[in-house]
Amino acid sequence: MFSTLQTLWLTFLHLFHRSETVQYPEQKPYLAPRYRGRIVLTRDPDGAERCVSCYLCAVACPVACISLQKAEEAGRWYPEYFRINFSRCIFCGFCEEACPTNAIQLTPDFEMCEYERPNLVYEKEDLLINGTGKYPGYNFYRVSGLAIPGKDKGEAEHERPPVDIHSLLP
Amino acid sequence: MILLNLLDIIGILLVLVIAAAGLTWIERRLLGFWQDRRGPNRVGPFGSLQVLADMLKILFKQDWVPPFADRALFVLAPAMVMATALLAFAVVPVTPSIGIVGNLNIGVLFFLAVTSLSVYGVVLAGWSSNNKFSLLGGMRATAQLVSYEVFMGLSLIGVVMLAGSFSLADIVRAQRHVWFILPQFPGFLLFLIAGIAETHRLPFDLPEGENELGAGFHTEYSGMKFGMFFIGEYVGILVIAAMTTILFLGGWQGPMLPPLLWFLGKTAVLVAFFILLRAALPRPRYDQLMALGWKLMLPLSLLNIAVTGAIMLAWPGG
Repeated sequence: MFSTLQTLWLTFLHLFHRSETVQYPEQKPYLAPRYRGRIVLTRDPDGAERCVSCYLCAVACPVACISLQKAEEAGRWYPEYFRINFSRCIFCGFCEEACPTNAIQLTPDFEMCEYERPNLVYEKEDLLINGTGKYPGYNFYRVSGLAIPGKDKGEAEHERPPVDIHSLLP
Repeated sequence: MILLNLLDIIGILLVLVIAAAGLTWIERRLLGFWQDRRGPNRVGPFGSLQVLADMLKILFKQDWVPPFADRALFVLAPAMVMATALLAFAVVPVTPSIGIVGNLNIGVLFFLAVTSLSVYGVVLAGWSSNNKFSLLGGMRATAQLVSYEVFMGLSLIGVVMLAGSFSLADIVRAQRHVWFILPQFPGFLLFLIAGIAETHRLPFDLPEGENELGAGFHTEYSGMKFGMFFIGEYVGILVIAAMTTILFLGGWQGPMLPPLLWFLGKTAVLVAFFILLRAALPRPRYDQLMALGWKLMLPLSLLNIAVTGAIMLAWPGG
């Protein structure tokens, strides 16, 4: 009986508490830098695509919303098309974790509503941004041992020149 | 004269139905505040046009009768709930001049009779839906309303004894000097609890019990038929609040302000209290509800009558 009255009184006092509501469209909530929102494809510091079409993101994706096709040009791999179906995406961030070149990244943005479902399928040109995202200095081809035009084997950062195996013979 | 009466009736009905619809918005906002939210505040000033938006939505919903339902009763049930709730307001004297038949010499009995009829609407809804959950809800409603009806009537006997009349206007006039909430405090509590059970509001909303019955007796209802149940429930709240005001809080009586404002103010406070109950209290188990009714409330109301009678005998005219 007493506890009932106490409950009533305590509930009544909540009339004078501050509301927890965030009035959304006018008042935006704080999104942490590592918030998992809209997915983007980033570029190297020198402006080339980072994605090397290794398919790891598509394999890691638990809802199979990523689709891409490898193409090759002058020793560099790049996606011919890269498609994310955001009507399926669950924003788990597994693709970002799987990516060996920091190309695919999740951003603090979730405002991507559409009136028609097909508009939620983002193509490569929708996903690519002109920037490096969360990893400003990283350039895959500058640290990997792969030979591309303008950079031969042994010229990457922290890489010693290749050993001439014939000189190792006894 | 008849035309004027008719206008009076139509006016009161309109105000009542609109107030009941508006109550949905007030309830949602108050519940919001009590749960540290804001409630609907987008449509119109402070969200007050939310009612209109809901109304439009519910009017355009498909009005569907399930093929397995008993069609005639299914259609009749919401109308009965609504009609009985509105009928009960006929005997409410809002002020000495406003009210349909506030002077009816059996006002209290009429009110009790008509509110008891509302159980038919609920039971028939549960029965005609031809659905186990609905039927369970309807059965619960029957048991609950029958058992709470008993001491609802008995809790009013004290008031009738003090006022010496069944007419609600006379009862209000008898509270010129002191409101009956003071001499009849147990009666007030009993009537309030019975009233909440009668309108099957939380914490006594077992016929609807969302978690175990999935909306209970109105599971199968949609569109405006569901809306009628809803509005009927809110009219029921208004009626119980108005009756409590009249029987225990002195009706339109009060200093300074005009009678209408006193009546509306007291009713509004009671309605807000009903909503507070909903915000604060959990639903009891079903056997607890019945035990409370028969084992505690009924003896208490009988005791109240006996004590009131004894005091009236001991100090006649006192």
